[in-house]
Amino acid sequence: MNLKIIGAGLIALLTFAVTPAYSEDEKQRASTGGAQTLDDILARQKGLEVDESFRRDNLGSSDNAQPASSSLGTLGGFSSSDIYRGIRYAESDIKVSNNSHASEILVQDGGMSWLLTREGNVRAFAGYGIGGIIIALAAFYFTRGRMTIEGGPSGQTIERFKSFERFGHWCLAGSFIMLACTGLLLLFGRSVIIPIFGHEANAAIANFSIWVHNNIAWVFMASLVAIFVMWVAHNIPSKLDLVWFAKGGGIIGNGHPSARKFNGGQKLIFWMTIVLGTSVSMSGLSLLFPFEMPMFAKTFAMINTVLPAMGLPTELLPHEEMQLAHLWHAIVATTMIIAIVAHIYIGSVGMEGAFDAMGDGQVDLEWARQHHDLWVEEEQAKGAPIGQAGDVR
Amino acid sequence: MSLGGKARAKFLCDAERCIECNACVTACKNENEVPWGINRRRVVTINDGKPGERSISVACMHCSDAPCMAVCPVDCFYQTDDGIVLHSKDLCIGCGYCFYACPFGAPQFPQAGNFGSRGKMDKCTFCAGGPEEDNSQAEFQKYGSNRIAEGKLPACAEQCATKALWPVTVMTWQRFIANALSLVASVQEPGAGELPTRRKAANSLTDRRGSPRLSVLLT
Repeated sequence: MNLKIIGAGLIALLTFAVTPAYSEDEKQRASTGGAQTLDDILARQKGLEVDESFRRDNLGSSDNAQPASSSLGTLGGFSSSDIYRGIRYAESDIKVSNNSHASEILVQDGGMSWLLTREGNVRAFAGYGIGGIIIALAAFYFTRGRMTIEGGPSGQTIERFKSFERFGHWCLAGSFIMLACTGLLLLFGRSVIIPIFGHEANAAIANFSIWVHNNIAWVFMASLVAIFVMWVAHNIPSKLDLVWFAKGGGIIGNGHPSARKFNGGQKLIFWMTIVLGTSVSMSGLSLLFPFEMPMFAKTFAMINTVLPAMGLPTELLPHEEMQLAHLWHAIVATTMIIAIVAHIYIGSVGMEGAFDAMGDGQVDLEWARQHHDLWVEEEQAKGAPIGQAGDVR
Repeated sequence: MSLGGKARAKFLCDAERCIECNACVTACKNENEVPWGINRRRVVTINDGKPGERSISVACMHCSDAPCMAVCPVDCFYQTDDGIVLHSKDLCIGCGYCFYACPFGAPQFPQAGNFGSRGKMDKCTFCAGGPEEDNSQAEFQKYGSNRIAEGKLPACAEQCATKALWPVTVMTWQRFIANALSLVASVQEPGAGELPTRRKAANSLTDRRGSPRLSVLLT
């Protein structure tokens, strides 16, 4: 008897303990006939996230329809409010008389948050990120100075990059610099160029920029493939790279850590270029062919299978695909610009003798011994010719 | 001539009246000589072929706070005193950002070249032309007719056979709602309002199920 009472009490307690919030919400919802409650309105006014499923999923049903023989039968059980909600949340069965597939979306509200992110976070990232790396490198240059060849150049040279390697590198580098500049002009034109030079000048610059960006992109993509084919064999990570990174590439402690053709830092730049370059090319292609190559819904679905906690949306409107492609393109490109600015620094003013590798391809033997000792040994074992500095080739 | 800056121009489309005849699309294309391959207006049909099918004609909604104006990298949009959103094709670079920002899919792009490069954006002007001199040849070539300057209504709405598409100002619309509400109130008084009056009042605000009309909701 007592057990029964305790059992009943437990069940009652559990019921109350589990359901109060749920039933309260349900009761409120019922009091408005399934529509907005005061709580929803107050939450929206405070700018809080409101679960709109009660509107999104409340789209009417043909089960509500009157029989076809009755006077309202032809309306099919959908009120105009139901249809409006269907349009609002892009759930309706829609057909358009003309224009593209994207025009089947009657209302999409992703544009506002997209453009605010573009002129907010993305511009801030590009501005502070690229500005920051330039200031940091300038600070490094003025405090530590140029990295010199210990003991000075030897006057003897060895071929580091063949002509086709240098051609591939400069195609990639040249196209990247042009793409970076024109991309930044498009991103900052309205906030920087218009106030200084006016609308006409900005439109002319932007018109030129977009043309260059759309066409030079193909050079970038082709040379990215060439770079990958030429250098991937030399860029397989090895234990040597861990030592290289542990010594900070020679900044920490004395002496240069050993390296083969590419050291740890160069491999990092290589893989950064390949991975981010591929990503920026893919998102760029989907921008070049608007609405033809949606890829974010599929990518999100793949990420969700690996990391279900992310809970990324797998159903995206065509517009949202384009907005995401655009933001991703800008973010990845900015990350690349930041890394490449550092790469340009170290390959030019930052280090004595480094530019020659991509200049005429002949580097000083002493420089090569200090930075790529194992590679020099390999080359000399193969009988690589030694030239003299100043030779005309 | 303009609307005097005292009101905001809007399009309203009554989904209960629209019969998907596409005459608005054709009238617009004819009046404005819209470039080949694109249309400034489109007719959207919801639940096509099923009971409860409805159609609605959509073009630029001339938003008060227009996302296209906000996103344009060359800042080519401007809004007239009447709330009509217009743009300059001299500045436009055809980047397509306004289409991604627009909630209603209004901007249109004629194909211009390779690799998705687009021509100058083209969209509904509320038949109010562009920045050039009113009714000049240059204005007509770039933006089409400027009927507002001639004191006329947009071509699409003027010819709408079922009077589903209305070019109205918000003021007109508010006056219409007020009239309809007073009509509804008057027929609720005992003894007042014959059946046709009552039906007219009810029809003006609600559909036959008694829920608000799409046009009321979209306002």
